[in-house]
Formats: sequence, C-alpha cells, structure tokens
Amino acid sequence: MALGLLSLVLYIQLFHFDAELREITLATNQGHKSYFLVPIGIAFLFSLVHGAFTDRFWDVLGVKARK
Amino acid sequence: MEAINFIDLNATTVLLLFVVGFIGGMVSGFIGSGGAFVLTPAMMSLGVPGIVAVASNMAHKFPKALVGAIKRAKFGQVDVKLGIVMGLFAEAGVFVGKEIMTTIRTAHGNVGTDFYVSIIFVVVLGIVGTIVMRDALRSRHRNGVQQGTDIPRLARWAQSINIPGTMMSFKSMKGARVSLLIVAPLGFATGLLAASIAVGGFIGVPAMMYVLGVPALMASATELVVAFVMGMGGSLFYAWEGFVDIRLAMIILAGSLFGIQIGAIGTTYVKEHMVKLVMGMIMLIVLVSRLLKLPVYLTSLGMISPLPTYIIRALDNASSAALAIALIIGAGAILISLVRGMALHQKRHATLPSATVD
Repeated sequence: MALGLLSLVLYIQLFHFDAELREITLATNQGHKSYFLVPIGIAFLFSLVHGAFTDRFWDVLGVKARK
Repeated sequence: MEAINFIDLNATTVLLLFVVGFIGGMVSGFIGSGGAFVLTPAMMSLGVPGIVAVASNMAHKFPKALVGAIKRAKFGQVDVKLGIVMGLFAEAGVFVGKEIMTTIRTAHGNVGTDFYVSIIFVVVLGIVGTIVMRDALRSRHRNGVQQGTDIPRLARWAQSINIPGTMMSFKSMKGARVSLLIVAPLGFATGLLAASIAVGGFIGVPAMMYVLGVPALMASATELVVAFVMGMGGSLFYAWEGFVDIRLAMIILAGSLFGIQIGAIGTTYVKEHMVKLVMGMIMLIVLVSRLLKLPVYLTSLGMISPLPTYIIRALDNASSAALAIALIIGAGAILISLVRGMALHQKRHATLPSATVD
C-alpha cells in the first residue's frame, strides 16, 4: 500500500515537471551536459519503487510462481 | 542538426503508452526480451523519432531488466556469470551501434534513423523469427521427451572448440566449457542490435540457445542480466547525447513492470517449446508491421517516387494493425498459458499428497 502510494507520488511529480524535463533533455542535446545523469537517476528511482510495488501487487492478487 | 521533436503528453498518449508498456513487459518477462521491439515501433507510430524511441526504450529497459532478472533468479533460471560476461561485450556493441545511429541522423535526419531502424527490424526478425519458429514447431512434435536436454548441433561444435587460456565454464551449460572468443562476438552483436533497435535479445537469446547450448528458459532469464548491463551503458551514451525522453520511458515503465512480473511468473508454468512458439510468432508479425512502413520512409527520403497519400495512409494503418495483432496474440498466449498452468497446478495439489507435488 505504502509502495503504491509512493509510486503514485513519483508519477504525479513526473507530470508536474513535464516542461522542465523536456528542457533538460533539449539542453543536453544542444551541448549542456550538466544534467545528463538526471534521466538515469529517475529511471533507477522509479524502477526500484514501482518494481517493488508491482511485485507485491500480483502476489496479493494470488498470481504466484510455481515453486 | 535537426531539433529533436519531443511529443506532447495527453491522456490518450499516456494511456496508450501504459497499455503497450504492460503488454511489452509481459512479453519481455516471458521470452527474456522483446518488450522494446513492440515499444519502439509503437512509439514511432505516436510520432516519436526513431533515435528518441530507441534511446528512451533503453532507459526504461535496463531498470526493468534488473527487476525481471532478480525475479527469475529466485526461480533459479539465471546464469549471472554468463549474463555479465556477455553484457560487457555487448557494451562495446552498443557504443558502435549508437555511433552508427547518430551518424545516420546527422546525415539524413530523423527519417533516416526511422528507415534504418525498420530495415534492421525486418532483416533480423526475418532470420531469427524463422529459425525460432521452426525450432518451436519441431520441438513440439518431439513430444517433449527430451526437451531442454538435447544440445543443438552448433552448440556441441562450439563447446568442442578448445582455445587454451580463453576457456570458461558456465552453470547454464551444465559445466561445459566454452571459449571467450565465441561468447565475445555474440555479446558484441547483441549490443550492436540493442543500440540499433533497442532489442538485443533477438540475437542474445537465440545465440545462447543455439550457439552456446543454454536451455531456452535459462537463456531468456540470463538475457535479462545482459540487458541490464548493456542497457545501462547504452542509456548513459544516449543520455549524454540528450536523446532520452524520460517522461515516455517512465510511463512505459509504469505498465511494463506490472507486465514483466506476470510474464516471469508465466514461465514457471509452461514447457520450453511454448516460450519459443510465442517468441517466433510475435517476431514474424512485427516483421510484417515494419515491412509495411518501409515504402513510407523511402518516399520521405526521396529514394522512390512519391506514393499517393491514400496508399501511405493505408500502409500506416496496416502497419499499426499488424503491431496490434502481434501484441494481442502475444499477450493472449501468455495469459492463457499462465491461467491453464495455474489451474492444472492447483488441480494436482488437490488430488496428490503435498509431498509428491512439484
């Protein structure tokens, strides 16, 4: 539950900063490399939180692997 | 240089990316790769330039691959050593592949990369899809007696080559030793393809299966390690150039992480030939989808005389329809296998004493 909420908050932030993220990438493409690691950091953060959430999600629904 | 076109996000685009991500993730968790081969063309259909589609897919793929690899390692399906070794050589392939892409973009613009990506798709899917499909049909007819234990002829030959100082043993090959000089080009080719179409697994998985003799389930699981290692490197290269649209990547990730869990769970209920069958089937349908787009790109590049607008529209629609069919068939096959497998498993549990059930 907590993981789901955290994941939701992250996605709300993603949409909130839509314009800024676009600007950062455009700036990197034009030669300003200061923030090039931002997308990679975001990818890691989202996958850890959302990955842990989705793992639990199916388990709770009873979809489990054969042992 | 031509400015990048970052698409606007609206409710339809977000929903579409999420659903495609979910199905792509499911396929990816099931066959070890291939989420992106659905996602790259799907993003391109939404108006994302080829190079941005590939770069963004890589950025969503490497963390997803990590999640999938951890999950399947728990099922005992991952050969971490082989995954890391192949992944490191794949990194070199990714670097070369990215250079090719940026060079094409500089010379011919976004349409140039669209055309290049599609050509690679058609050639690779044509060759690998046919091989996998043929093998899947053959192993189904073999009645499943020796599934997963018979080593392909090419793999027997590869394992028999002894080059002193380069030999390594891997648990997925049941202790057989193979030269690093054989593993290296396979890794390199996987990376080269990954940087070109964001799907290295189309070479990586069949290469592990047919050249190294790794069982299909382990090959598809180990590919997730390769995908993580090279995907992270590739994403860094593309992020440095400013081609990663992280907004798109994360929306896809939202759906695909739900999907990859289902796909990975599905593998524990099916036989080897089912994984191959789904893989081959999807590959061949996506091939048709990309093939239909080639005349459109050739027209844009001025390489053929312009086609009438209605033909271009018809080709666009047919291409999208083929992609949708691939997605629906792939997702359907995986879900049916999972539901059937779970039902059968529960039935066995109900009729047999718990100690005798697997």
